[in-house]
Amino acid sequence: MPSTNTLAVEAHGLVKDFAAGSGKHSKAVDGIDLEVAQGEIFGVLGPNGAGKTTMLKMLATLLTIDAGNASIFGVDVAKDPHRIRQLLGVTGQYASVDENLTANENLWLFARLQGVGSKEAKATASQLLGQFALEEAADKPISQFSGGMRRRLDLAASLITRPPLIFLDEPTTGLDPRTRGQMWDTIRGLVADGSTILLTTQYLDEADQLADRIAVIDRGIKVAEGTPDELKTSVGSSTLQIQLSLGADQTLALDVVRRVVGEEPVLTPGNLNGTGGRLNVALPEADRAADVLIGLRQAGVSISSVNVDKPTLDEVFLALTGHDTGESEATTNHTDEQTEMEVAR
Amino acid sequence: MSIATAPRVLDTAAIVAATDARNSLRQTVSQTMAMAWRATKKMRRNPEQFFDVTLQPILFTAMFAYIFGGAISGDVKTYLPLMIPGILAQTVLTTCMATGVQLREDMDKGVFDRFKSLPIARIAPLAGPMVADLLRYTIAATLTFGMGLVMGYRPGGGVIGVGGAILLAIFTGWSLAWAFTFIGTIARSAQSVQGISMMILFPLTFLSNAFVPESTLPSGLRAFVKVNPVSHLVSAARSLANQGQVTDQVWWTLLASVVVIAIFAPLSVRSYKRHL
Repeated sequence: MPSTNTLAVEAHGLVKDFAAGSGKHSKAVDGIDLEVAQGEIFGVLGPNGAGKTTMLKMLATLLTIDAGNASIFGVDVAKDPHRIRQLLGVTGQYASVDENLTANENLWLFARLQGVGSKEAKATASQLLGQFALEEAADKPISQFSGGMRRRLDLAASLITRPPLIFLDEPTTGLDPRTRGQMWDTIRGLVADGSTILLTTQYLDEADQLADRIAVIDRGIKVAEGTPDELKTSVGSSTLQIQLSLGADQTLALDVVRRVVGEEPVLTPGNLNGTGGRLNVALPEADRAADVLIGLRQAGVSISSVNVDKPTLDEVFLALTGHDTGESEATTNHTDEQTEMEVAR
Repeated sequence: MSIATAPRVLDTAAIVAATDARNSLRQTVSQTMAMAWRATKKMRRNPEQFFDVTLQPILFTAMFAYIFGGAISGDVKTYLPLMIPGILAQTVLTTCMATGVQLREDMDKGVFDRFKSLPIARIAPLAGPMVADLLRYTIAATLTFGMGLVMGYRPGGGVIGVGGAILLAIFTGWSLAWAFTFIGTIARSAQSVQGISMMILFPLTFLSNAFVPESTLPSGLRAFVKVNPVSHLVSAARSLANQGQVTDQVWWTLLASVVVIAIFAPLSVRSYKRHL
């Protein structure tokens, strides 16, 4: 698919350290390499606070690059920011449009700022409003817009100069399923028009639906990269979650799972004496869940609940990093602290 | 999965070659004017922004004249020629403060993220609102003189003298606004901009010859009053409006204004860039 050999985005060892010199481990982005070919949709997948937005902001010249280097279509991001800004359309996590202006005025302003003549700017504005089904709301103040309308306007604003590369920072976070589907269609349309897209998302299904390739980011580090299929194979096509009863033998349960599925399950410990707890098992297909349950029954391992589901981002994370997304951050840090305290003793 | 039926292929090498390395002066001016347009739209939709430039000149002129007039000049009418140029300077300075406060509020909004990501001159988002603010200065300055006329002020400099005083006040206000813009870019919140600006504004206006004759002040204070740029503006505006004379004070005022721009415009842009 790439038209030329130049990569749309090429980054090596990107680092952003918000508290440089404080001695704390605080790198929001900690040595990420990224290669995005022209004409593809590249998805960056990770939980809140993984460093996705920070990475995008560095590439978009909105944050300085503390270490490493990056180029876009062969133009160095740090040395030539003005050129980079002409090659990029950036749509942020929160709609970056002017609340005091109407949709029409917003687009006109952004076009004028980019050197489009006044008349032409009007034409571009109404054309984009049509493309994003916003004609009706063209002269309404933004404060009356719904979340989906704001996102669409925001994306329209990024497309005024038809940039060859578009950054979408969590384009569908907070949107209802229908609006989300519309956004996906729009994004596919952009690629059909020849644009390259780098998008971040918290949703595995979004990355799965849209991206040609995905990088999984956790705590500023890239933990995996590949096509959606490759990533899913690494976590299985579905996941089996088993809550063991209190008093159930964990070691025995692990043995059974290993024997039946041939995979190492991820264990969330229960209480201290090695009983109870939760097992996360990646399954090549959902049907195998029954085999596992029969195995456990035969071995006499008691369970309190069972759940079979498609792998969520949480499972991908469990499989790739051995820890959870979201709130578990706190618990993991907590265990780190405990270990440190023990070492100190 | 997306079924991309023969996606279009862009000649990105040509697109890259067509980009500019930097903004030309013409582009910078056009971007600044676009930002000024945005600011005037905003003013029109939030008319309360005009309260300070409309109410303050009217209120302060009346208040100061009736409170201090008798004590300082014997009666209100004799005080007016001394006071009106003082109020002019004070009003214009207060208007500058609003520039800094509003910039700070504006910078916290999402749309500034987009301004930063666009290939526009970094000075445009700062200078644009200041161009629009020229309107506010004009309103404030005109109303001050208008209120004076209503109260019986008859400036000897005539229309030309008064016009000159107003123009000088607008220019000085606009250049001093750069200092407040700088505060706007370094402060953490709009409230702190207001706080810091007040600390600067009060000594500058009241430790000047704006409301009292310089000769009545103790010698230590007089030394400060003499170098205070506000005093220069007030003296220059007085001789312009009352006698129609262009004194050295005009040049001192202009020089001080240019110095303020030369220092604070680059500082503001640098500090704004650091916010990225």
